[in-house]
Parts: sequence; C-alpha cells; structure tokens
Amino acid sequence: MIRYIRRAAALCLLLLAALIVNAGRVMVVEAGPLNDDPANRRIAIGRYAQPRGEILVDGKPVTGSRDSGQQLRWERTYRQGPLYAPLTGHASQTYGTTLVEDAEDAVLAGTEPMLAPLPLLNGLTRGREPGGDVVTTIRASMQETAFRGLAGKRGAMVAVEPATGRILALVSSPSYDPGVLSGTGPGVREAWERLNSAPGRPMLNRALRQTYPPGSTFKIVTAAAALDAGVVRDVDAPTDTPDPFVLPGTRQVLPNEAEGCGDASLAYALQWSCNTVMAGLGVEVGLTGMVDAVERFGFNDTALRVPSWVARSTFDREMSPDQLALSSIGQFDTTATPLQMAMVAAAVANNGEIARPHLVDRTTTSGGATVERTARRAYRQAMNPSTALRLQELMVRAVEDGTGRNAAIPGARVGGKTGTAQHGFGNTGTPYAWFIAWAQGEGSARPAVAVAVVVEDAEASRTDISGGGSAAPIAKAVMEEALRLEAEGRR
Amino acid sequence: MTAPRTDAPPPGVRVPKRRGVELSLLVCAVLISVYGYAAVGLARAGAVPPDAARYGAGLGLLALIAHLAVRFGAPYADPLLLPIAVLLNGLGLTLIHRLDLETPYDRAATTQLVWSALGVTLFILVVLLLRDHRTLQGYAYVSVAAALALMLLPVFFPAVNGARIWIRLGGLSFQPGEFAKILLAVFFAAYLSANLNALVYTGRRIWRFQFPSGRVLGPVVAIWLLSVGVLVLERDLGTSLLFFGLFVIMLYVATGRTGWIAVGLVLASAGAFLVGSLEPHVHGRVQDWLDPFASIRAGEGPGQLAQSLFSFAAGGMLGTGLGLGHSVLIGFAAKSDFILATAGEELGLVGLTALFLLYALFVGRGYRAGLLLRDPFGRLLAIGLASIVALQVFVIAGGVMGLIPLTGMAMPFLAQGGSSVVTNWVIVALLVRVSDSARAPRPEPADTGEPERVKEGAA
Repeated sequence: MIRYIRRAAALCLLLLAALIVNAGRVMVVEAGPLNDDPANRRIAIGRYAQPRGEILVDGKPVTGSRDSGQQLRWERTYRQGPLYAPLTGHASQTYGTTLVEDAEDAVLAGTEPMLAPLPLLNGLTRGREPGGDVVTTIRASMQETAFRGLAGKRGAMVAVEPATGRILALVSSPSYDPGVLSGTGPGVREAWERLNSAPGRPMLNRALRQTYPPGSTFKIVTAAAALDAGVVRDVDAPTDTPDPFVLPGTRQVLPNEAEGCGDASLAYALQWSCNTVMAGLGVEVGLTGMVDAVERFGFNDTALRVPSWVARSTFDREMSPDQLALSSIGQFDTTATPLQMAMVAAAVANNGEIARPHLVDRTTTSGGATVERTARRAYRQAMNPSTALRLQELMVRAVEDGTGRNAAIPGARVGGKTGTAQHGFGNTGTPYAWFIAWAQGEGSARPAVAVAVVVEDAEASRTDISGGGSAAPIAKAVMEEALRLEAEGRR
Repeated sequence: MTAPRTDAPPPGVRVPKRRGVELSLLVCAVLISVYGYAAVGLARAGAVPPDAARYGAGLGLLALIAHLAVRFGAPYADPLLLPIAVLLNGLGLTLIHRLDLETPYDRAATTQLVWSALGVTLFILVVLLLRDHRTLQGYAYVSVAAALALMLLPVFFPAVNGARIWIRLGGLSFQPGEFAKILLAVFFAAYLSANLNALVYTGRRIWRFQFPSGRVLGPVVAIWLLSVGVLVLERDLGTSLLFFGLFVIMLYVATGRTGWIAVGLVLASAGAFLVGSLEPHVHGRVQDWLDPFASIRAGEGPGQLAQSLFSFAAGGMLGTGLGLGHSVLIGFAAKSDFILATAGEELGLVGLTALFLLYALFVGRGYRAGLLLRDPFGRLLAIGLASIVALQVFVIAGGVMGLIPLTGMAMPFLAQGGSSVVTNWVIVALLVRVSDSARAPRPEPADTGEPERVKEGAA
C-alpha cells in the first residue's frame, strides 16, 4: 500500500506543480498582453488614481483635480475653462485628451520616465510618480484681453513673440468649459453631444485647427515672394500691373476695392490693399517661385506641432495662371490657420526668420524641478532680412495711413495688414475679417509681439476696411497689453 | 521507502511531541495574518487599522484554544497541520476584509470570522471527543446515508447562480455538499479497508488489467454513481469532479490496480464531455475556458474569467501589495470562488507560489500521516482527506487561472463560505487525530511492527 500512497502523493504534488507553472504562465509570461488589453480597466484606474499635474499660465495653475470618489478617482477641473480651453484642451475619462492635455499627457499623468528621480528603480517598484506640471508660454492678461475682444463673436486670435516663437495668447471663440467632459456618466455624454451639436462649434480650436481663406493678409506673403525673387526692386516704383486686371487665360476681371491701383507701386498696393497689383506680381513670380516662397512661411507643412498638431495651411502646388493670380491674393484654394498668419507677421517682425512657435515653455516635476525645457529653435527663414525690413516699413505705413489705422498704438511702432475673405458658393458665406500685425515698443530693440486675428463677421462688408474694423481693435488691445508687459519686464 | 521509518521510534525512546514547534509556528501564522491586515490598512488609509490588535487577538485566541485542544487531546499530532490551517484561514480573512473595503454594502469578513470560530470549535470538539479515529469505521453506512441525504437536500431548493447546491434558511445559506465530502471519504475508507483482501485478491483478469469482482466493488460503484448523478442534477461539476477524483485515488491506494485508474479516467472524460456538451450551464463554462476573451470581442466587455486573468497578470512577479489591486473588477464571487485572483494580484507570483506550497505542505503532511499509520482505515482516511484538499485546490485554482474549465468551488480556508470553512476545519481535526495516532508511541513497544510494515508495503 505504501507504494501506492507514494504514487498518489506524487499525483497530488504534480497537480499543485501544474498550478504553479500555470501561474507563471498567466502572471509572467503572458502578463504583458493581458495588462495592455484595452478591455482591462486597470489601465484607466491607474491613470486616474492620482491627481493630474497642472497646466500653468503666468506661474499659476489654470487646472485642478477633484476627488470623485469613483472607481476612476481623480477628475480634471479647470479654473477658467473657456478662457484656456484652446490651449489646455480637455482631459476626459470618457473622451480622452486633446491639445496640451494630450501632447503633455505623459508628464501630467506621471508616466513620463524622466519624472522619476531614478527611472530604472521606478520600473521595479512600479510606483507612479506624481503628475508633473506644464508651464505654458501664455500671458494671462493678453489671453484675457483677446478673449474679451472676441466675446460673442466667432473667431480666433494668436499672439506670438517673434524673436522666440513663444505663443503669448491663443484664443478661439466661442469656447467651452472642458471641465464638463472630465468625468464619466450620462451627464458627460450629454455635455459632449450638446457641445458637438452646438452651432458655434465651441470645441473647434479655430486658432490651430481651422483654416480660413486669408484674403488680403496673404498679400504680405506675395510681396515677400516678389521682393525675394527680384520681381520688385523698388517698393515705390510702379509695378506695371493694369487695373482692371484680367485673370490670365480667362475673361474674368479682378475687381479692386481700393482706388488708384492701376500700375500702383508695391507700397501703395499694401497700404491700400490693391488686388490687381498683388495678383499681377504673383503671376510674375510664377508658380514655382510662389510655392517655394509660400512654403518657407510654413504653408503645406503637416508636421508643425506646438506641441499639439496644427492644421495644414494650404497653397496649391499645381495651378493655372489665373488660379495662381487668385491664390496670390489669398483666395482660390489658399487657406491658413490663424497661427500660420501670426507666423507671417512674426516673420516680417523678426527680420525674415520664423522661430518655431510653441506653447509649452517647460515641464517640471511636481516639486518644480525642470524635466524638459523647450529651447528656442529656428523654424524657417521665410525671406531675406532686407525684404523683411522693407515689408516692415510697408506694414507700418498701412497702419499709420492705410487700411490698418484702427490698430495704431500711440508711441509704438506697429505694422499691420487687413484682410477680408469671402467664401461659400457665390461668396454667400459669412465673410472673414482678418488682421495681422506686429508691434514694437518705444525704445525696444525688436518687435515684442506678432498677432493674427480672424473674425467670422456677418457685418463685414466687402471692403478691406472691415478687416480693420472688427479685427484690428482686438489685435490692437492685445498688442498694447504685450507692450505694457514688455515695458513692465524691462523696468 | 526510508522516510516513514524516521518517525518510527525505537522501543523505549521518548517520542518528541513537537507541541512547542506548533505553538511557535502558530504565533508566526497569527503575526503574518495580522501583518497582512495592517498592510491593507496602511495601503488604503495610510494607517494601521485600529482594530488590527483586536483582529490579531481574536485569531490568536482561536489558534491558542485549538493549540491547547491539540496539546491535551492529540499531543503527538503533526505540528504543521494546525499552523498551516490557521495561516491560510487568517490570510483568507485578510483578503476578504480587503475586498470588503471595495464593497461597503456587502461585508463578509465578520461573518467569515464567525464561521471560522465555529470551525475551530468543531475542530476542538472532534479532537477532544474523537479519541480514536477507528471509531468512525463503524459508522460507514451512517456516513454514506447522511452524505446522500445532504447532497439530495438542495435539489428541493431553488438554484442559485445556476447550481443547486445551496440550502437557504432564513439569512443563512449552507452548501451541504461540502460536508458530504468528508462523510464520503469516511465511507470509502471504511468500505475499502474492510474489503481490502477481497478487492486485491479476487476478481477477473481482462487483458493486462485485473478487475475486482463485482460483488465487492458493486456497492462502492453504485454509491459513487448515485452521488455523481445527484451532482449532475445539481449542476455542480466541481464537487462532482472532486468526488470522482477522491474515489479513484482511494481505490487506487487500496487496491493498487492501475486498470481502475484507466477505467476511471475514461469514464471521467466521457462524463465530462457529455455534461460539457449537453448541459448549457457547464457548456458555457467550457466555452469560456476555451476562449475567455470572446465576450470582449463581442463588445460585451470582459467576462469573469477574463477579469480573473487580468487580475493575475496585473500581479506579475511581486504583486501590487495588499489593498492596492483591482481584483474587485471580477465582480460577483470575487470573495469566494475568485479569491485566489486577489491573492495573485496583490501578492504576485511569489505570494501565490507560497500559498500553493502551503497547500502542498498540508497535503504532504496528511499523506505522511497515512504512511505512518498501520491500520488500513486510518491510512485511507488520511489519504482521502488530504486528497480532498489537493483536488479542491487544483479544481478551483486551475479554474480561475484558465488551466481547466471553471467550476464553482471554494478555495480551502481562503474563500468566503461558511460551510467550506467549517468542513475544512473538520478535515484538519481528523488529520490531527490521525497523525496523532500515527506518531504516538505504541502501546506494545516490544514489537514495533517492522515485519508488518514490510508485509503491507508489499501488498
């Protein structure tokens, strides 16, 4: 009997050994795919088990976290949700993350390995670091000014520091409170549906993700192309462009809103926004030259990140001459994001070079130690420095005595360009009023701010003055604030 | 073949009782359980729970009383059995308490503690009142009648979660099948030992296998068939599998006939296949085992087995730490059938292996008592009881880890479930009693039974 008892004991031992081997299979060998399975709720639970890091504007957090007491414990809150939504985006337990919440998610959620003092040790103890903070380049007072200026309108505003590419203000209107999307449950779903079906499309980030026909503001780009290509050598010399201008290869006549554009100089054309002159110059530069010049400003770039992705601003690479003529004055298929047009203004202000635009100054640990700092980097040389200097003069003239008078700031050097773009079938859509500008404070070595404003303005008439009418005052207020901050910083 | 002789004392030598070893191991077992309890509190609330001392005192008191009962009632008992039982029971209480924190509306730890106390009381009663295990041999047919009655009883009660294994009276629910397994082990042991010679030496030889004669084996097979039939009616495949395994192991140990193992395996496979393909409840379990993630692909979210596997995987090598896992996602039965998932997630592969080794040690000590004993009934009883624990651990642990199809069963000592805890404590008591008989100095020291041992070994 002893022999049989031993065999039976061996069988029992074998069963238990099988359990241990199977445990090793499930818990170690196959653990990876099981842990990463999208149906495994531990991923979400772990993610929301601790408060998220903060997004800082001017050193103060604009975000917060709330203990919901639910299984997904910490929910995102926003101090001034609608004001900062165009940069923060939302961090929803139901609908995921967008914008900075998305781009810097690893830091905010505490999964970024660099947050740990000893990254390797962390992997062993499986501790999750407290969420790090994201310090943005936004200036609160400028953001508020722009937000107030666009209140009740549909549109967007971007302000950048030309020399560094720091985005100082980023406003999209109408906006929304991303906090309503933070949690889970039917309330969040309702809010999501309501926001998505709202006519003003509040969740659309018009500053980064919406492209508009840039209209006459695009003439700065065409002028830069003409000057760089040598098509225009003297900005005050007649350009040999007829008014009325017949689009090449067609019988269509291009109208002017301004007067005195026949054979006008480039200076006059920018000051009063002559369609005929700029269309003619665009055709004269030619398709290849125009495409090269326009892409140096960042058009057709799909890889631009600030660090959130930016919609592609377009300028067609294949066009007939008449289409090129229309494209050269910001019509036809030419479209641009407000950020792109702010970069155009910044290029002129920064002597032709565009500094890579960015929203995040640095990321820090929860204790404040810097994890990563966004260095100033050149994006592109959009034009020759001499061209930029001449365009600065021309843009200043447009503000001092031209279409952009509404943006003039006493005691400061301000250059600007207005624009109005019709769109829709037969131009029946709401017109877009544009204004791009830069401003240099008194006694300052270089321009402190470059802005682009676009307003979807039902009141805008077909004249360029309207761009100056509804968009320029917003730009002016923001630039004034920028100059005040700059002066304050110098003191 | 040398191991059993180490404990066989030469005449006149005082056999160590090892009660001191048992006591120090018990202290360790209680301390480990209290430490686990405190760790849960530290992880969840950042502080040692204020009632940790009370919990430790309660568990310690139970252990101490049990120890005293063994000291007086069974002084030569194996010193490992009781500490392992206390440690497993204490860890189970800690795990259930930890899961209670996730389900404030459904607290089970206190009830489980009451059941444990009841179990320990029964343990003490058995150890003190049952002075000789051979007394049970006389109750073989009473046992089998009681076992069948207990198994039949739930048929008259409504099914709970697809299985008719519960009796609900007032707020209390019992699983009579749990008690029945001890009674069946007693019956098998008594019957097989009584008919040992007839089983071994009579019968027909067919091809290479020798089959015992039908006259001897008839009653056993009939009763076994009956019990399995009842289980199929009750749709409790786990217990059915357990009884079957128990029967085959005890029959093999009694007769040494491998042919019966083969026949048993064929019967088991056929039965499992039939039930698995015909009975919808069991069929669903088999489908779930074959593809635990089917419900995820169907867009219905992870099923229980998938959640259990997620839980184990989340534990990895070292576990998340007590109180820090999310095994509560398993939902229903997280504290009972799936308690092992919590152990796996929070204690890791290391902790789980330690648990399995504890069970292995427990089973091993049971078998060791069986080897040391000289009366066939005691041997078979010890082997049967130890095998119940081993099989039960395999069936449920294999089920929740996707090794075999899941069948509802309680992890011995760990899982929530009053009947299970009480039954397991009775098993410990019987093993303690049997091991005491095995190690105690024999009344007639002149002949220590060496020749007898050799003879039996050859049988």
